[in-house]
Amino acid sequence: MAKIEFEVPALAEDSYTEVPAIKPGAMSHLKSFIAPQAPQEFLGYPWDLAPDWKERAIGRMGEHLKKYRGLRVFMDACVHCGACTDKCHYYLGTSDPNNMPVARQELMRKVYRRYFTLGGKIAPWLVGAEDLTKETLDKWYSYYHQCSECRRCSVFCPYGIDTAEITMAGREILNYVGMGQKYSSEILGKVQKIGNNLGLPGPALEDTLLGMEEDMEDETGVPVKIPLDVKGAEVLLVTPSADFFSEPHVESLIGYAKVFHSLGVSWTLSSHASEAGNFGLFNGNYETMRKVAMRIRDAALELGVKRIIVGECGHAWRVAYAFWNTLTGIGYGGDDKFSQMLQKQLDDRYPQPSHICEFTWEHIQNGALKFDKEANDHRIITYHDSCNVARASRMGNMPGGQFIIPRSIIKAVANNFYDMAPDTVFESTFCCGGGGGMLTDDLIEARVKGALPRMNALNDVVQKHDVNFMATICAICKAQFTKVLPFYKFDMSMVGGVHQLVGTAIKLG
Amino acid sequence: MTTLTVFYIGLFYIAAIIFFGGLAYRIYEYSRTPAPLNIPTTPAPTTAGGVVVRMAREVVLFESLFKSNKWIWVFGWLFHVGMAVVLLRHFRYFQEPVWFWVEFIQPYGKYASFAMVAGLAGLWARRFMVDRVRYISTPSDHLMLALLLGIALSGMMMTFVAHTDIVALKAFALGLLTFDWHPLPADPVLLAHLTLVAVLMIIFPVSKLLHAPGIFFSPSRNQVDNPRDRRHIAPWAQALERDNA
Ligand code: SF4
Ligand code: SF4
Repeated sequence: MAKIEFEVPALAEDSYTEVPAIKPGAMSHLKSFIAPQAPQEFLGYPWDLAPDWKERAIGRMGEHLKKYRGLRVFMDACVHCGACTDKCHYYLGTSDPNNMPVARQELMRKVYRRYFTLGGKIAPWLVGAEDLTKETLDKWYSYYHQCSECRRCSVFCPYGIDTAEITMAGREILNYVGMGQKYSSEILGKVQKIGNNLGLPGPALEDTLLGMEEDMEDETGVPVKIPLDVKGAEVLLVTPSADFFSEPHVESLIGYAKVFHSLGVSWTLSSHASEAGNFGLFNGNYETMRKVAMRIRDAALELGVKRIIVGECGHAWRVAYAFWNTLTGIGYGGDDKFSQMLQKQLDDRYPQPSHICEFTWEHIQNGALKFDKEANDHRIITYHDSCNVARASRMGNMPGGQFIIPRSIIKAVANNFYDMAPDTVFESTFCCGGGGGMLTDDLIEARVKGALPRMNALNDVVQKHDVNFMATICAICKAQFTKVLPFYKFDMSMVGGVHQLVGTAIKLG
Repeated sequence: MTTLTVFYIGLFYIAAIIFFGGLAYRIYEYSRTPAPLNIPTTPAPTTAGGVVVRMAREVVLFESLFKSNKWIWVFGWLFHVGMAVVLLRHFRYFQEPVWFWVEFIQPYGKYASFAMVAGLAGLWARRFMVDRVRYISTPSDHLMLALLLGIALSGMMMTFVAHTDIVALKAFALGLLTFDWHPLPADPVLLAHLTLVAVLMIIFPVSKLLHAPGIFFSPSRNQVDNPRDRRHIAPWAQALERDNA
């Protein structure tokens, strides 16, 4: 690991993260690695600024403004009230005013005003309009990669202005002029060429799964299977590829496998769609996101499954829940060819897609799953709501089901549960600090500092209730916390999945 | 008819054309721009009726702002509600006979102006006192507050200090509506008040005042949370389907 040249923020006395005074430029040095030629070429983007980059950028911005009403309205509607200024974990952790949501938006709005509004064309100084310069472009690059697209600001803005939408558009324009981010672009290449973000090819995946099956059998004495590419299985499980080999992610995969085993439901993973994650979301390119999502449709049709279930991954659940129907026709209500094919094939007694938590909870409620809750007694548990699940999706048929169902599962499989402070969970949840394409070492400073509000909330329940396990249902959250917890002197194994808890307590029938 | 009257008649017609025309154009623009993805900030209502309720709570109570920051909420709400009552009170200048409820709110309208001014003053103070808000404030933010305060204070002057010739003013205002023009009293406070109002109307469609129509088109607030049951697809995305199935 590279030398760490920044100060880790000190934890607060209680759950509350103090709002710092602004320190302009505090994070302007941070610049994620620029994407090289190969992945950019694959994605159809340049990898260098061309002489006409400015015209390209402004032209692209115009296209986005015409294609996305959100962006269009958000550019006009902000009144600079300041309500969002203390809502972003990156501002709270870094004090850099450009990490205040409105200031992050303003980086683009300044340019928008200059080229797309009357006031900005006539009197730029009056309305805060600015020419698009290389310097501004560099600021975009820096600060649009210090936003995890978590939507916390959107909850608190009187007009619902969602900085994530602006960050996405900003990154797309940056890509379009040749300033892609290495981490995201490479992942988007791997997922499309190999099938998953880790670049794990089919045969290697098969080996890994076989190994896990053996381990499970050694441990439990029961032959729990993790099937791959089984045609005619009832359920297709699409899960983040981290579940195949990262700790603690694998523990949740084991949990899902045990749930399916106990219920006797036939299920399968797909090597073609061995990744639930979709980084197309992070870069604001609809077509890329659509292409990545299409793998799921292909796999579902080819394997002939009846149900599509998504594993523990926050942004993947957002894409699956909110966008798959639009992008690929997985869901109800579509009347085009593929939507119709899918609707004929998939079992219409269930929502499509379903979250693994919806599935497990359904079978806890109908009594089909049995648990030995004491098996989790060594754990004192809290739950971290992941941004994309909390503020961009739902579970069950009631608004807010995304908060209730995972907590209900935890309470059904374990005895000790404590929520963190109310202003840090549910819709107000603080991001782990590593979402939205920031889970890369070159952004570690922002990741550590941005985790501060969550760390304070966690520390509070550690002090008060001796919490030693923070459950979450997001692969990025798990990886981020594993990395960042030690910076705050917590044990990295404190974080784990909800289905890790399920897997510990389940009675294998 | 004096030059002054002619000037103000012209000013108000122009202002009204820009205000209504500009606003209509913006609304047309917003409504024609597709929202290709379902992005309500959740938890969100799962029915259209629920969205109407959510929107009403936002517009009437400023619910998100209330969750966000109590100071901004207090000042912002005082200002907007004060202004709304004051505006309704002004209906009496444009109708004959005056409707019952417009008569009824007259005394409240008078004092609502204090709420309006207090709210504006509070919001302006924050632009100086809170470092984060100071950082994001542009000259136009200050001017906008100055403009609104100017309108409110000049109006209050006429209500509470130096009354203007209301009968003549009403004849002028009604005349604007019926194209049967009458002279405008040459009271300097009134002229200042009217000029500032006209300026506000003119800049409305090209300024941050667009937050007023904007909120109704904000997809994070106006969309129904139903993406598994309904396929949302924008026309440009539909074209993509045809090109590369
Ligand atoms: S989306 Fe999240 S990370 Fe981005 S500005 Fe808003 S609060 Fe900050
Ligand atoms: S809360 Fe909304 S309107 Fe207020 S400054 Fe932030 S983005 Fe702008």
